[in-house]
Amino acid sequence: MQQGVQIDLIAEERLSEMTSYEKIHMILDNVREGRIVILEKGLSPEEQSRLIEMTMREILPDGFNGIEIETYPSRDDAPGFLQRLLGRASRESRLTVIGPANQLRMIRKDKDMISAWVSSR
Amino acid sequence: MSIFVQAKSRVSRFLMAFFRKRRSRIGIYGPPNAGKTTLANRIARDWTGEMVGPVSEIPHETRRALRKQDITITGNNGSTITIDIVDTPGVTTKIDYKDFLEYGIGKDEAVIRAREATEGVAEAMHWLREDIDGVIYMLDCTEDPFLQVNIMMIGIIESRKLPVLIAANKIDLPDASPQRIRSAFPQHPVIAISCTEGKNIEELYEQMVYHFG
Repeated sequence: MQQGVQIDLIAEERLSEMTSYEKIHMILDNVREGRIVILEKGLSPEEQSRLIEMTMREILPDGFNGIEIETYPSRDDAPGFLQRLLGRASRESRLTVIGPANQLRMIRKDKDMISAWVSSR
Repeated sequence: MSIFVQAKSRVSRFLMAFFRKRRSRIGIYGPPNAGKTTLANRIARDWTGEMVGPVSEIPHETRRALRKQDITITGNNGSTITIDIVDTPGVTTKIDYKDFLEYGIGKDEAVIRAREATEGVAEAMHWLREDIDGVIYMLDCTEDPFLQVNIMMIGIIESRKLPVLIAANKIDLPDASPQRIRSAFPQHPVIAISCTEGKNIEELYEQMVYHFG
């Protein structure tokens, strides 16, 4: 049998059609299966918060023990006059890598490069 | 800081003072072993003479959010705030019971500890979305502040528009670098402290009165 790790790269268009709930379940279902998920556009802070919460609820002894997640630092969009007045400069979420904590290890991260090491189960 | 942001901040503080709730809930968040419970205990002891919870070098000693109510802090100019301090479990994206075994804990107890820790982190995230009015984000300034969990947590706190103070703890240790934390989060006030020795803790109280009042 072939050994290896499946990597799913999810396009921004596909993510934009999913609800937050669907995104989080898609991520956790895949990661629990030992896959690496790469999102072209990252999760919102609210989604990240719920992802941490749901990850904790899925952890089992001698089974799934959580996720490793890494993303480029978010970029601040250049705010327009009205946004500046209201203090609503939005932050752009960027490419995000998520995998099982026992298989994915981040080696190095810069503002424009993520270096990771993946092992098979 | 732009003139618009300054004006908005002043108006916001004025409105908060005018309409504020009787007591704010201030959550102490941060990664495991940053000194969150040590800080909660120091605040509670300094202002009420009581303690919040036990501390230990084993990660996830705090596995449930612990609340100490009705703490009144007085600043140098006589201003006061009355808050509830919520000490939360260290936030992480992974917990393995095997990590506890190296501290001499047996497997059964380690499994229970890991399960309680996962429930505690989930609860802490829920609190942050629903029940927290301000945050002290606690970091060990001998460690790398650029960990993804710190970046995510600060982003989550900012998205909820909660006032946040970053406490750069453990400045008494030789490798301490609060400047690294200031560089990582230049958009927020960073107060360098030592919870165990009490260094600069008065400055933290001043900032709490100013930002959470």
